[in-house]
Amino acid sequence: MSLYNVTLRLLEGFSVSFQLFFGTLIFAIPLGLIISFGSMSRFKPLRWLVRTYVWIIRGTPLMLQLIIVFYGPGLMWNATAFSRMNAAFLAFIINYSAYFSEIFRGGIEGIPRGQYEAGQVLGMTKTQIFFRVVLLQVVKRIVPPMSNEIITLVKDTSLARIIAIQEITWLAQEYIASQAIIWPLFYSGVFYLAFCGILTLLFGYIEKRLSYFRV
Amino acid sequence: MATLEVKNISKSFKETKVLKDISFSMEKGEVVAIIGSSGSGKTTLLRCLNFLETPDNGQILVNDEVLYDAEDSATKSEAEIRRNRLHFGLVFQSFNLFPQYTAKGNVMLAEQLLAKNRPDYKKRKKEILTEIEEKAIRILSKVGLQDKMNNYPHQLSGGQQQRVAIARALALNPDILCFDEPTSALDPELTGEVLRVIKSLADQDTTMVIVTHEMDFAKDVADRVLFMDGGVIVEQGPPEEVLLNPKEERTKQFLSRVQSI
Repeated sequence: MSLYNVTLRLLEGFSVSFQLFFGTLIFAIPLGLIISFGSMSRFKPLRWLVRTYVWIIRGTPLMLQLIIVFYGPGLMWNATAFSRMNAAFLAFIINYSAYFSEIFRGGIEGIPRGQYEAGQVLGMTKTQIFFRVVLLQVVKRIVPPMSNEIITLVKDTSLARIIAIQEITWLAQEYIASQAIIWPLFYSGVFYLAFCGILTLLFGYIEKRLSYFRV
Repeated sequence: MATLEVKNISKSFKETKVLKDISFSMEKGEVVAIIGSSGSGKTTLLRCLNFLETPDNGQILVNDEVLYDAEDSATKSEAEIRRNRLHFGLVFQSFNLFPQYTAKGNVMLAEQLLAKNRPDYKKRKKEILTEIEEKAIRILSKVGLQDKMNNYPHQLSGGQQQRVAIARALALNPDILCFDEPTSALDPELTGEVLRVIKSLADQDTTMVIVTHEMDFAKDVADRVLFMDGGVIVEQGPPEEVLLNPKEERTKQFLSRVQSI
């Protein structure tokens, strides 16, 4: 097996990993924001419900959640609800939105009350206070935990092989069975490493752009 | 005509009565200092004036206009409260500057947002924004910060931050400017610069309510001192009277405690 051929094959797998990564990010961030509002709601039953949901999602393995989303509907209603890829998307979005929601909650609750009150006494509306005063401070606060979580997501995409998503780790592992060689599996790490390197640079840039003020 | 009239304000938090039937009024240009131990209700009174708390009973009038009436729910709507707030300015103990804006940005922000509601905003946007900026520069110079206008809050000392906060409150031309222990969060060597700014505002006939622990400052700057204890105004009068010859036993006790330190 030439390095060139393996690289091409693994790139194919990595594009699937990337799709899973990117799709999860796009949907889990807004969903996480909505969930965080629920977990901060003044309406107790809603808050209780949302926090229980977050507890369950964060308290069980993502791998198990993948299996339940993909096989669950078939076992319970004898129907295939999702394609493999859609099941993976759904499980990842549910899982990561729960984690993101806790990061957002921490960021929002960490803003001192005085910031809201200062906006109020200056005659600002609630919307103006959120967008003109609070939001950027929250963003600055959550960049470090979010970058951590997003980098974890890159590597978590490899869990999708449990429902036979042919992402990079799956394809690399195939070489063991079909060709009896293991180095492609080790080599797959380089792809993750390179991508996480790019993300690290990106988050470093964002942090630097926000370093002109302190919270 | 009284600039500010507070009628029978009371406020409870759960079972605790923090303000009990408070009434007082202020003339234009008058400076009132409110003194009292912590928990006496003075900060809550200030917060009620700025509608950060809603009084359970009573009325607040400015220039004979009823801004708040506990009996009249129309005065409690969010939009109404937001409009009425602009009669008051509030300077907080902990400054509460917006960290992502420069000193000038902090002073301009509220006015820039309010300007968007002006009917001529679209047509005269540039002019209006220039006016707001020039005004901010003028006010910041007035509090001695002409060299620090483009600094962010974390680049300023506590005293400078508090002066920015004063400028920010002044920018909206409030009828009554309120201070909530403006020097309590400052190192002793920085209180002077803030007190001097407040003093100069008093000399320019700014109507002010100042909650303070600085008795010498109260004596120096106030036209009238209110002593609060247990949610009521125990005693009020000219500073020489209340601070030097208090009539009430509770005032005497408080002053002897404060001055023995």
